[in-house]
Amino acid sequence: MRYVLSVLVENEPGVLSRVAGLFSGRGFNIESLNVAQTLEPGVSHMTITTSGDAQIIEQIIKQLRKLVTVIKVVDFQELAAVEREMMLIKVQADDSRRGEVLRIADIFRCKVVDVSLLDLTLEVTGNYEKIGAVINLLNRFGIKEMARTGTMAMKRSMQRDS
Amino acid sequence: MELTGAQILMECLKREGVDTIFGYPGGAVIEVFDELSRHQDALKTILVRHEQAGVHAADGYARASGKVGVCLVTSGPGATNAVTGIATAYCDSIPLVVFTGQVPTRLIGNDAFQEVDIVGITRPCTKHNYLVKDIRDLSGIIRQAFYLARTGRPGPVLVDLPKDVMTGKGEFVWPADVRMRSYNPTYKPNLVQLRRAAELLVKAKKPLILMGGGVISSNASGVLTDMAMRYQIPVVSTLMGLGGFPGTHSLWFGMVGMHGFVSANKAVGEADVLIAVGSRFADRVTGKISAFASNSRIIHIDIDPTSIRKNVSVDVPVVADCREAVIGLAEVLAARAEEKDWPNEHKDWLAGLDRYRKGNPLSYVRNGEIKPQQVIEAVYELVKDDDAVIATEVGQHQMWAAQFFKYTTPRSFLSSGGLGTMGYGLPAAMGGQIAMPDRRVICIAGDGSIQMNSQEFATIVHNKLPVKVIILNNCYLGMVRQWQELFFKQNYMCTPMDGQPDFVKLADAYGAEGYRITEEADLVPTLQKALASPNPVIVDVRVAREENVYPMVPAGKGLDEMLLV
Ligand SMILES: Cc1ncc(C[n+]2csc(CCOP(=O)(O)OP(=O)(O)O)c2C)c(N)n1
Ligand SMILES: [Mg+2]
Repeated sequence: MRYVLSVLVENEPGVLSRVAGLFSGRGFNIESLNVAQTLEPGVSHMTITTSGDAQIIEQIIKQLRKLVTVIKVVDFQELAAVEREMMLIKVQADDSRRGEVLRIADIFRCKVVDVSLLDLTLEVTGNYEKIGAVINLLNRFGIKEMARTGTMAMKRSMQRDS
Repeated sequence: MELTGAQILMECLKREGVDTIFGYPGGAVIEVFDELSRHQDALKTILVRHEQAGVHAADGYARASGKVGVCLVTSGPGATNAVTGIATAYCDSIPLVVFTGQVPTRLIGNDAFQEVDIVGITRPCTKHNYLVKDIRDLSGIIRQAFYLARTGRPGPVLVDLPKDVMTGKGEFVWPADVRMRSYNPTYKPNLVQLRRAAELLVKAKKPLILMGGGVISSNASGVLTDMAMRYQIPVVSTLMGLGGFPGTHSLWFGMVGMHGFVSANKAVGEADVLIAVGSRFADRVTGKISAFASNSRIIHIDIDPTSIRKNVSVDVPVVADCREAVIGLAEVLAARAEEKDWPNEHKDWLAGLDRYRKGNPLSYVRNGEIKPQQVIEAVYELVKDDDAVIATEVGQHQMWAAQFFKYTTPRSFLSSGGLGTMGYGLPAAMGGQIAMPDRRVICIAGDGSIQMNSQEFATIVHNKLPVKVIILNNCYLGMVRQWQELFFKQNYMCTPMDGQPDFVKLADAYGAEGYRITEEADLVPTLQKALASPNPVIVDVRVAREENVYPMVPAGKGLDEMLLV
């Protein structure tokens, strides 16, 4: 199972390595992790995508909470959340294939951000499934390079039950 | 008034109630030691002979006294030498604050002389750690370090002190209190869970208390003993919990786990409700998880939420300080006490366990050689009335010391459980003796382990600490040899300790008393003489070389698959 965790941390030196060290030291997976400032000075926000069974996720959450620099951990499994990731992807697209690639880009509402005689670079935003679908479809043209932000997430204001 | 960083450190230590520092100097902390020289009346500094031993000594001091142990070492090799001690304390949740020197802040990251990233190195084996970059943060960080070390699930905290922070000047402000938005241990038990626990206990036919080190560190021993006695619930313990319940009591059924008592391991297998108090269900305790307490509903009391459901699935989790939780549970039970005739309904259960205890007591075969178990029994008989502190090294002798000595009070058994650190016992005994000058402190050692920190005999003699070291000398790394005998066709690769020093001469060289015991008839008289001495003593007891520790649950087997004598 794939889980997205939102983690608020004290923004002090070493905090990223505390979190990363926890995952590596205990053999937990990190699929993606991103960190950025928040509006509150001294507090950073991390979104961590991980996987495991329910018991492992429970351990991950508890272990994160146990870190002295972690302020708050939210498990988006339990809450309705908006999830997005951005990807830059450079695909082989010479004259014979450019049209096809652009059609796919259009369907997935990708932006063309760079173009050359031989390739196209697309910007794609979407949830995990959409990013996966784009990669799958473009694979057969030949993907030269790709960069992903990792998942970001935010709780929906209207929750399913409330 | 402006103080130097070193002076601020002194002020903070005094305010934290520190009276003893185990230390070893070096370039990065020379100013701190210089300052310490002017505070020896309040902050007595013990010069150890190796930084690892310094941390173990602080750890022994902490385990024996319940206070935070303090250690101060230099940068680079001083700091890396301390790591084993820190990891040992971390695994057993022992409160320590370890100060390390560091190169000046402007040199950090430049591969300066004696620079290591000790904060990076110790991140996974400290509860938390700090690099002080600005003298204005110094007192606040030290305050937090002590607070973190002793509260919640205790543990070691490291504070890295760059040289320029120690020599620079700043205003000393002692923070009125510690507030950390990201650290809030849960002390009070949840009443709903306590009620569910009580419900299970009222219904139980075969309840069992399994206590761990949390009982010792939260000072829950008294309330737990009262509860067990009032409701006639039998008690077993992990290695770390020894002393939390009197080992002489009729409700005591022994230590559980790999070298646990038959009665204790059987009790875990047969219980219908298991109340685990302050134990993390380590693999040495549970054996094969799927076979552990398989007839039992489990109530798990622990202050650390990560301990709960980490290894064992639990029916009633209680995240709380063990003492608070036991007090709370006793209150809830008191309200329901009338619903059950406790002594009567537990009578058969207790009688059954008693049959295991009588039918399969700890045993060994006497044959005229000195048996190691016999040595522990003899020591026990000689000191049982005077509340001795027993420190151990790691190996077979440690297990015999756990099995054959009956601990009756908390903080009287100092042993490296989680990390199993050879070299722990001697310095821990030293720290324990400093914390408890009036108690008799005995180190039960193996001939292998004692050589890992034997330099500390110098510290012991120099400080006139009357520590008694009893070496169960089998001329083997016995515990490993036992595994080789049982599981590797007696291929004793690298376990015979050939080329051993003469421990009596070693005692003499350090200025301690030395005795050697080779004949059974001399055992008790010589031990008696050794234990009565006011001086540090080393006793080299030549024991049967190939004795094994039994019962034994082979690694990966269930607790009922015990190998017996
Ligand atoms: C620092 C360290 N190195 C290695 C080990 C592995 N080990 C566990 S017990 C043991 C043998 C201990 O020998 P000794 O101190 O003579 O005790 P005995 O088992 O003979 O009583 C060894 C090598 C360890 N626990 N700690
Ligand atoms: Mg030995």
